[in-house]
Amino acid sequence: MSERAVELEVLRYNPETDREPAFQRYSINCPEEWVVLDALNHIKESVDPTLSYRWSCHMAVCGSCGMMINGEPKLACKAFLREYSGVIRVEPLAHFPIERDLVTVIDDFMEKLKRVKPWLMPGEPKTLEAGEYRQTPAELKRFKQFTLCINCMLCYAACPEYGLIPKFIGPAALSLAHRYNKDSRDGGRDARRDEVAAYEGVWECSFTGACSEVCPEHVDPAAALQQEKIESTVDWYKEHLMPWLKK
Amino acid sequence: MARSNKPIVWGPFAAGGTLTAFLTPVLILLTLLAALGHAPDLLAYDRLHAFVGHWLAKTVVAGVVFLSLWSAAHRLRITCYDLGLRADTAVATIVYAGALGGTGAALLYLARI
Repeated sequence: MSERAVELEVLRYNPETDREPAFQRYSINCPEEWVVLDALNHIKESVDPTLSYRWSCHMAVCGSCGMMINGEPKLACKAFLREYSGVIRVEPLAHFPIERDLVTVIDDFMEKLKRVKPWLMPGEPKTLEAGEYRQTPAELKRFKQFTLCINCMLCYAACPEYGLIPKFIGPAALSLAHRYNKDSRDGGRDARRDEVAAYEGVWECSFTGACSEVCPEHVDPAAALQQEKIESTVDWYKEHLMPWLKK
Repeated sequence: MARSNKPIVWGPFAAGGTLTAFLTPVLILLTLLAALGHAPDLLAYDRLHAFVGHWLAKTVVAGVVFLSLWSAAHRLRITCYDLGLRADTAVATIVYAGALGGTGAALLYLARI
């Protein structure tokens, strides 16, 4: 097995002792096929046990190990070392406050996620005896792609609008709202409208498409947001130009 | 949270963007062809002049001009914001006024045909 020498420049921050974050260099030798997360694990095990970062599954499913690698939001478990040359710079996800080293404070995202009510609100409640809610493959296809989000927040780190206007609900949360709005079993679209159709909702998005470029699961949040914009626009015209449609 | 009124400006922007994506390349090609003296007979000046003489053609042309200009104006407004020019109300007023002015001029010329 061939080995390679890797130099990592990791942003360190300890709130108890440091005034501000600073880079620390680690030089290691590692197998050719390692990803950045392997290198971090190796550093923590045998070089510097004080290094802090989040990870869990090591297979792009849990969404915990998102970080900036050479300035680009990536899952550390999907970022192969052999794809980089020179010093690899590893920083916590952009646009989030740092808790410690590569660990960020994600309260803002968690709060926004709750606000869009990302759960199924059945249109017509059914008793258990009445059986399951059935769905055709075509109905499933309308939202399936948007169910693949793993809440890794790479899209928030990539989104220039979220960086400018932290109130923006943001790509992942709005895509999840869209996922339930598009579900034939769901009747909660009106309940989500106040958040989705708000200025801080889809209307803060200027469609740079950065979210879809960095999404490791190919959810395409930008598409979800544009589709919601069209639906919000139709709603708006109906509400303001056709008042006789009001229930 | 209050629902946004942005759909008023975004609706024509989205429609104009779609229209421009399909029409602009064709218009550029035809303009170049005409400039080089290779306009097909069907698109000769006299024929087009007669075509736009009909009220339905006038309405369609006015619609195309308005949506294209509006789409460009809105894109310019967002670009200004992204480039750091944060006086959004002033920028919006100027670019939308430009789009409406251009549409007004088109209407005036169409009315004279």
